[in-house]
Amino acid sequence: MGGAYWQGFRAGAPFVLVIAPFGLLFGVVATEAGLDITQTMAMTILVIAGASQFAVVQLLTEQAPVFVAVLTGLAINMRMAMYSASLTPHLGKAAFWKRALVSFFMVDQNYALSIAEFESNPDRPMPEKLAYYFGAVTPLAPLWFLFSYIGAVAGKAIPPEFALDFAVPITFIALITPALRSLPHVSAAFVSVVVALALAWIPYNGGLMLAAVLAMITGAAVEKKLGQIA
Amino acid sequence: MNDTTIWITIFALGVGTFLIRFSFLGILAGKELPDWLIRHLRYVPVAVLPGLVAPLVAWPAATGGALDPARAFAALTALIIGAWFRSVIGAVFGGMAALYLAQLVLA
Repeated sequence: MGGAYWQGFRAGAPFVLVIAPFGLLFGVVATEAGLDITQTMAMTILVIAGASQFAVVQLLTEQAPVFVAVLTGLAINMRMAMYSASLTPHLGKAAFWKRALVSFFMVDQNYALSIAEFESNPDRPMPEKLAYYFGAVTPLAPLWFLFSYIGAVAGKAIPPEFALDFAVPITFIALITPALRSLPHVSAAFVSVVVALALAWIPYNGGLMLAAVLAMITGAAVEKKLGQIA
Repeated sequence: MNDTTIWITIFALGVGTFLIRFSFLGILAGKELPDWLIRHLRYVPVAVLPGLVAPLVAWPAATGGALDPARAFAALTALIIGAWFRSVIGAVFGGMAALYLAQLVLA
């Protein structure tokens, strides 16, 4: 058990290099957007999903209505329904409160590490799988909280010449380009950009919602088409 | 944007995100997702984020909505680093460095 926990911990540790700067940046951006330190920390601890947090803060600064901001954030996090489904065969027999904890601490990094480990060693006992999963998130979640806090405290001291307004788009580009690894992904991203720009005039970010739906359908359709050819 | 708005947003996002994470593990008790749904969910991030970014790059608020060469250059740099090296952190630092450099040169 302890072995599996530390195995997960060691696998998760390198991702600290990714988590720390993003946490810092989130703290800075959120306080710049007008959230106080309590609100910044409440969001970062309750949500633990960087991309959606950046998106929601960005939309709030654009004076988007609450339901638009929340819907966009939830849309970004919908991928985790897929994570939840694929973890179920491995962890579905755990106690209810443990499954609730698994859900609360589900992030991209510990999911990706765990599912790779579970699929290469499917016969490991379930408690060891749980230990590995929580081990992998142990170095990540506390540092995400800590660096968000440092960013929130330090944020106000950063002068406007640093053009941090643009750190948010840059962060999104950085998060998404490594995922552009196949034709369906590239097609989806292309449709998303074109439709969002063309329909930017629709109020309440309706253009973005339409762009996301059309892009998702495009990605799935291209994937299916390619699958039929192969 | 007032305090109540911010708090409602925080709690709605927090609860909603938890329910998404808990969906199959907890609520649906391990039902299999249909193939067509998995196929669509796979593209959610690349469907949402590029559409969110594109207007921010094309019409940055900091320049009053006018296309800004420095910011466009920074976005392109981040895109190339991210696509080429598959490095998230490299793309962030490279993009911001490109922005500062371009602002310095164009100023």
